[in-house]
Amino acid sequence: MSQGILLFIEQRDGVLNRTSFEAMVAAQGIASATGEKLSAVVLGKAIDGVASEAASKKLDAVHTVQDDKLAEYTPDGYVAALKQVVEKLDPRFVILSHTYQVRDFAPKLAASLGKTFVTDCVGYRVEGSEVVFTRQVFQGKINTDVRMVAEPPILASFQAGAYRADKAEAGDSAAPITPFEINLTDVQIRTQLEPKFQEAKQAVDLSQAPLIVAVGRGIKSQENIEMVQKLVEALGAEIAASRPICDNEWLPMDRQIGSSGQTVSPKLYLAVGISGAIQHVVGMKNSQTIVAINKDAEAPIFDIADYGIVGDLFDIVPALTAEITRVKSEGK
Amino acid sequence: MNIVVCLKQVPKKDSILRIGSDGKWIDERDISYEMSEADAYALEEALRQKEKHGGEVIVVSLGPERARQSIKEALAKGADRAIHLFDSVFDTATDSAAVARAISAALKDEKYDLILTGLQSDDYGFAQVGLIVAEQLGLPSATIVMEVQPEDSAVRVKRELESGWFQWVRLPMPALLTIQSGINQLRYATLKGIMAAKKKEIREVKAADIGLTSDDLKPGQVIERAYLPEKTKRTEFIEGKPAEAAAKLVEKLRFDARVI
Ligand SMILES: Cc1cc2nc3c(=O)[nH]c(=O)nc-3n(C[C@H](O)[C@H](O)[C@H](O)COP(=O)(O)OP(=O)(O)OC[C@H]3O[C@@H](n4cnc5c(N)ncnc54)[C@H](O)[C@@H]3O)c2cc1C
Repeated sequence: MSQGILLFIEQRDGVLNRTSFEAMVAAQGIASATGEKLSAVVLGKAIDGVASEAASKKLDAVHTVQDDKLAEYTPDGYVAALKQVVEKLDPRFVILSHTYQVRDFAPKLAASLGKTFVTDCVGYRVEGSEVVFTRQVFQGKINTDVRMVAEPPILASFQAGAYRADKAEAGDSAAPITPFEINLTDVQIRTQLEPKFQEAKQAVDLSQAPLIVAVGRGIKSQENIEMVQKLVEALGAEIAASRPICDNEWLPMDRQIGSSGQTVSPKLYLAVGISGAIQHVVGMKNSQTIVAINKDAEAPIFDIADYGIVGDLFDIVPALTAEITRVKSEGK
Repeated sequence: MNIVVCLKQVPKKDSILRIGSDGKWIDERDISYEMSEADAYALEEALRQKEKHGGEVIVVSLGPERARQSIKEALAKGADRAIHLFDSVFDTATDSAAVARAISAALKDEKYDLILTGLQSDDYGFAQVGLIVAEQLGLPSATIVMEVQPEDSAVRVKRELESGWFQWVRLPMPALLTIQSGINQLRYATLKGIMAAKKKEIREVKAADIGLTSDDLKPGQVIERAYLPEKTKRTEFIEGKPAEAAAKLVEKLRFDARVI
């Protein structure tokens, strides 16, 4: 019978991904509510440092899986290795963080095991021995509670920011680290990797800007960006954008805020016509003061905004520009 | 080069979403639908590759009757033919694994070099169907793809990693790629395209045609409740006519928040 909980610890170049500690908070909570033991697994080549960092947390065991074929991440290597680990340990739950790497292999892992995988969860509830997961649909506009009907192991990934990494409980003593024997000799790695890179140095570094006005799809067309530009000038701010604006090339890529763009924490972040999808929010949620202008009072951006104006941005932005210009010309 | 594109239809982006009377999903009355955004980019990429390298673009969609409208749109944009998995038996296929089983079964006899899907859908956002199809069909895969360069028997793709990092990887074909929005600029269907689409094949496939029964399509997870998220932070909403609201906001920003 399936027993225990297995937490996947992600590392890259021997550095532990902090979001694994976020997922650990959920894993520790589920373990204590269900009375299950919690172990962690780290894959790679030179991963002793990552394993001991993980072992400092409240865990019953840390399994290390080392193999030349795991020196660099590939979906084939990770699926093959974790399949062996999960089949051998037969845990009730495999908990992961919903990172780009996990998105790249975990659905295949679940399929190769013939198991169910509930992705991008923001919470959970323990009911007796069952766990019901909460996940968002429609880019955060609606929540759903999801009940598992498949047999364990159940795979579950948690959204970045759903839990705080610093809330991962430390252990009384270091958890035992044990090498886990797997056999990858017959596994063929079909992906050939080239070095990772960043696009030509970003022209603008928005992380230093004290005032940012960010524009989203609510702006409707490229011509309308100019209206926002006027507000930006009146404020003496920098302009930034959500992904669709950069996808459409209405503003250059280096103005994009979010998980695949820049991360900023200005004094003022003014979001104009941005819905507040998680991939945007991770890039700006630590801003000191967040203002949102959106015609939809239910938009998720209002979950993190300090001030909100519900209404048509085409009326509000010009009014705001006029007011700021007026106030500034009166000389503070 | 033959390319399969998996696409699904989802509620339009600006839809007002209300919870349905069963409390398990949205109220689907009065909703208009469109092609899921990342899927539209996947289709566009397939069409561009076809224009460069020749071959055929085959669209696959599982969905109710209304999905036909998105299928037609894909044909009007230039896809050559379509497979519509359309059967009440598929109604139980509510999780990614079940949908993937149906798609994999439908593709069993197709010849393709690439399968493209969007990286996730705008409704459920599972981000899984493509990869499960890849596993079921034994294909190598790459996700969050921002550029596709076919070579002789391989494909070189640029993957997006977190925080502005990228990586090129090479996979033998056939392969499955999940496409990120922004990989290209979308086209509109032309009148000529719309006319031409009328003659293109849309093959309707029932579960029995591909050897599946409702038992094969049982989900491993089910939504038991859908609801509006509780707001955890209290936003101070500023009311009034635009000029009035603007004045109040500027006042708050200057004297309460002291950020301007
Ligand atoms: C792997 C991955 C990575 C991603 N990376 C990023 C990223 O780095 N950055 C990013 O931003 N996104 C990213 N995304 C996309 C993200 O999920 C959202 O799709 C995107 O942020 C939505 O942008 P938006 O809010 O501008 O558009 P929408 O979600 O379409 O929102 C538009 C908003 O404008 C409002 N609106 C419309 N008209 C008006 C009007 N007249 N007046 C006032 N309000 C109006 C609407 O109510 C709506 O809330 C990523 C997605 C994935 C899957």
